[in-house]
Parts: sequence; structure tokens; C-alpha cells
Amino acid sequence: MPRVLPYLLLLPASLFLLAFFFYPFGLVVVESFTRGGEWSTANFERMFGHWKFSTAFWNTIWLTAIVVPVQLIMALTMASMVQKLKTGRSGLLYIFAIPLGISDLAAGLIWLAIFEQSGFLNSFLHFFGVIDRPVLFLGYQNLWVIFLAVCLAEIWRATAIMMVIIVAGMGLIPKEYGEAAEVFGASRWQRFTKVTLPLLRPSLQTALILRILMAFEVFAVVVALGGTTLPVLMGETFQWQFQLNDRGVAAAYAMVILGLSVAFSLVVLRLLHVPKGARI
Amino acid sequence: MSDLTIDAPRQRDIARAGRLLFGAGLVLLVLWVLVPIWLLMVNALSAPSEVTGFPKRLWPSFDLASVRFFWNFQGVTAALWNSVQVAALTMVLSIGMGAPAGYALTRFDFPGKEFFRIMVIMTRAFPLPLLALPLAVMFIRTGLDDSIIGLALVHAMLALPFAVLITYSLFSGIPVELEEAAWTLGCTRWQAFVKVVLPLAAPGIAASAVFAFVISWNEVFAAAVLTIQNRTLTAFLLQSLNVSPLPLKFAGGAALVLPALIFIFAVRRYLFAMWGIANR
Repeated sequence: MPRVLPYLLLLPASLFLLAFFFYPFGLVVVESFTRGGEWSTANFERMFGHWKFSTAFWNTIWLTAIVVPVQLIMALTMASMVQKLKTGRSGLLYIFAIPLGISDLAAGLIWLAIFEQSGFLNSFLHFFGVIDRPVLFLGYQNLWVIFLAVCLAEIWRATAIMMVIIVAGMGLIPKEYGEAAEVFGASRWQRFTKVTLPLLRPSLQTALILRILMAFEVFAVVVALGGTTLPVLMGETFQWQFQLNDRGVAAAYAMVILGLSVAFSLVVLRLLHVPKGARI
Repeated sequence: MSDLTIDAPRQRDIARAGRLLFGAGLVLLVLWVLVPIWLLMVNALSAPSEVTGFPKRLWPSFDLASVRFFWNFQGVTAALWNSVQVAALTMVLSIGMGAPAGYALTRFDFPGKEFFRIMVIMTRAFPLPLLALPLAVMFIRTGLDDSIIGLALVHAMLALPFAVLITYSLFSGIPVELEEAAWTLGCTRWQAFVKVVLPLAAPGIAASAVFAFVISWNEVFAAAVLTIQNRTLTAFLLQSLNVSPLPLKFAGGAALVLPALIFIFAVRRYLFAMWGIANR
């Protein structure tokens, strides 16, 4: 009995993973490479041939490239600041962590309240006499404003998750290391770059992988702020599945997102590799 | 000698300026998180004519007309109830399968253990909401399409990896000696688990259950793909975005945010254990 017990305990979760993770992902792969019951690359050709594909692809990549580094810096700043506090730490951490529980759709709506035509940004500019009447920020003429609004909403929403992982990671670093560096005359900045950051690598790895994946899946924020004016990969997947009723092309899009996710996870793992013996 | 007398006050000035800058930074970051939420709440708690009016004030008029409009809108209460049901079911499914697996990973050494752990961690490198695409077809075949259970199964897949890793770290924090003591006193393994381990792990398990609830409550993509008649609140809001008036959007956004705020507050003590440490 004792020998079978662990397997019995793992059985439900394993079966579930098999049925709802491995099998469906297999189905997506098959779906993307078949058309009308035969193996073909027609779905991919159709996807690449569509004018929206490259826009959606580069929009997603640019969003990720802008948002993730900003968030990394913000999260590191927040975490280091909180570390230094003596009182009010838990209250502050709760406030910083609030966006963690907020849906991407809700985040999109929150920033819509700011950017829409009768919104708070317009009221603010009006109050200071910059404009006479409200500007239509989120129209197709102002694509870059939509892009900016999406960036802000994403930064607002998802910095918390990186911050939480980094704070927890900093908590694991023994204080003695920093103190030793201080004894040897290291400045605050040197201690941060030479002691904290290298020891933080496992947490940075997790935070970056989770966050980059979320960035490739960006969807509801964009829909809430720009409808379909700013195409992104996940939004196009949704469009092909629903509006255009072409599951093959939707699956091809899914493969692109999947490929990007796996590739970037591997890059992060490689860049921030921590040798086994060097872990704390 | 004279250098010292000049330097001491100057250094104090620098230190004070540093503290001031630090405080200002903290205040700015807190405002950055809280102000957008406040603005959404202002919109939700103002009359529809004020929501679409211009310019806006920064204080709500506490007119509940927007909220009432939202509440009485066709399909909103049903969507809310669907969201609650799906999230509750997700909670039960993911903890029910995840906790035994987490316990097995902590307390047993067996061949295949590392494989299972890696498999669970690996799911993180995949964009899980995409699972909704193939599952939509699978569900139509099995009659699970557009059902609460079908969507809950997908959301449980999203929450399961977290449930396994979180309970794994929770159980690891409970000394095995306590259990062994119970065994020597005549408890069976099951009794020891229920009487010794469970009371100690219960708050943490409850916290991770709440987290599973929030994951499901917030999920947009899979919900929008898999439900048509029985929409959850996120799917409902997303699919009526381009037709619904602003007051409905903002009241809906507030309805999404409010429970999330309460939940994150309820589990705040466990946030760091859950996200930071269990995630590595």
C-alpha cells in the first residue's frame, strides 16, 4: 500500500493534465496542420497572407518589449523600497499587490475611464486650459495613443505579480551577504547589482517567464481600449475562431503564440541560468 | 579639521533629501496603483448622465442609477451567478486534485516524482487560455459545450499547477515529525493527516482556494470562447463591449474589481508564500 499511495494521490491531477493539457494541445497542433481532413500548411499560408498578421505580430512583440522592461524596473524599485521600510510594510505591500487580483478586462475598463472622450484625462487637460473641448484619444486616427493606453494599463495591471515574486525572492537572501559587502566598502548601488541581483536570479527567472507569457496573451485590455483597431495575436485568434469561423487559422495563430512563449521561456532560462550548487 | 565641521550638516541635508525623495517615490507609487481604481469607482457611483458628461469631477455623486441600470440590464444577474458557480467549481476541482498531489510530492520519494513536478512546472511555459480552442470542439462532441462544468474544467486546468505547487510548499512547511508522532500514538495515516496536518495547513489551503476562485473570476478568453448562452460576467462584458453604453461598462468593471479587492485582502498574508516561494 505505501508504495502505491503516492501514485494514487497523483492520479487525479495526472489524468486531468493528460485530458485537459496534453491532449488538447496535441489537437491544436493537428488542427493547425490540417485543412479539409488532409495534412497541409494552408492554414499558415492563409494566416501569413492576411494583412493583419504582421501588424498583430509586431504589435504584440512591441508591447512586450516596452512593457516588460519597465515593469521589471518598477517591480525591483517597489521591492527594494518596501525592504527598507520599518513600519507600514504589510499595508504597503497589500496596496502594491492589489492589481494582482484584477482581471485584465477590468484593467482595460479602468483605463478606458481615463482615456475615453468624456474621460478623466480630457477633464484634467480641460481644467488646466490645455484643450477647449474633449479630444477623441482612442480613435483609429490616434493609433499610438491606443498603444500608449494599452501599455499603461498593462504596466499598471501586471507589475504586481513581478513585485510579489521579487519581494519573496529578496526575503530568501540572507542578510549577511549584504552586510559583508558593506564591511568591504560596497556602496548601496554596488550591493544591489553585485549581491542582490545575482542572488535574485531564480526569482527573476520565474517573474520574467510568467510576465512575458502574459504579455503574449494580451487580449481583453486591448479589446476594452481599442476594439479591433489595434490587432494583437490573441485578439486575431479570437476573431478567426468566432467572427470568421475558421478554426484552422485560429489554430495556426495559437501555434505562433505557443512558439513565441516556449522560445522566450527557453531564452530567459538560458540567460538567467543558475548552476545547481549556487542556489540558496 | 574645518572640513568636518562643514561636512556634518551637509551630510545631514543629503540624508534628509534622500529620505524626502524616498517618501515622495512611495507616495507616487501608491497613487499610481490607487488613483485609477478610484476613478473607476467615481464613474460607477455617478449617474449615467454624469458618466457621459464633460468635464468630470473627481468625487462621485453617489447616485446609484448606473449601478441599478447595470443590475437590471438583460442578462447581468444571470452572468454574475454563472461567474460565481464556475469560480466555485474551479476552486473545488483544482484544490481537490492539487492538494493530494502536493501532499504526495512533499511526503514521498518515488520514481517519477521529479517527472511529475517538471510536468506541472512546464505547463507554465504554455499559454493556457488557448486550450479553450480545441476544447470547444471536444465539448460540443461530449455535450459539455456552453455549460458551467465545461468552463470550470478549463479554469481548473489554469488553476491546477498553482494549486499543486502552493500546497506542495505548504505541506513542506509542516514538520513530518508531527505526523510520525501521531502514527506512534496509534493514528492511521489518514487520521494523522486529518487531525494533525490539515488543521495546520487549512488557512493556507483556504488561501490557495480563494486564489483559484480569483483566477476563474477574472478569466476572459476561455470564458468568451466557451460560453454563448451561459456567459460569465467577463464574457458578457467583453461581448457587449462595442454595443453597451459607458455607464454599463464602468459599473460592470466595478463589479469585477470589488470582489477581487476583498479576496486579495483576505489572502494578503499568504500572497508572498503563494506567489513568491511556491512559484520557483
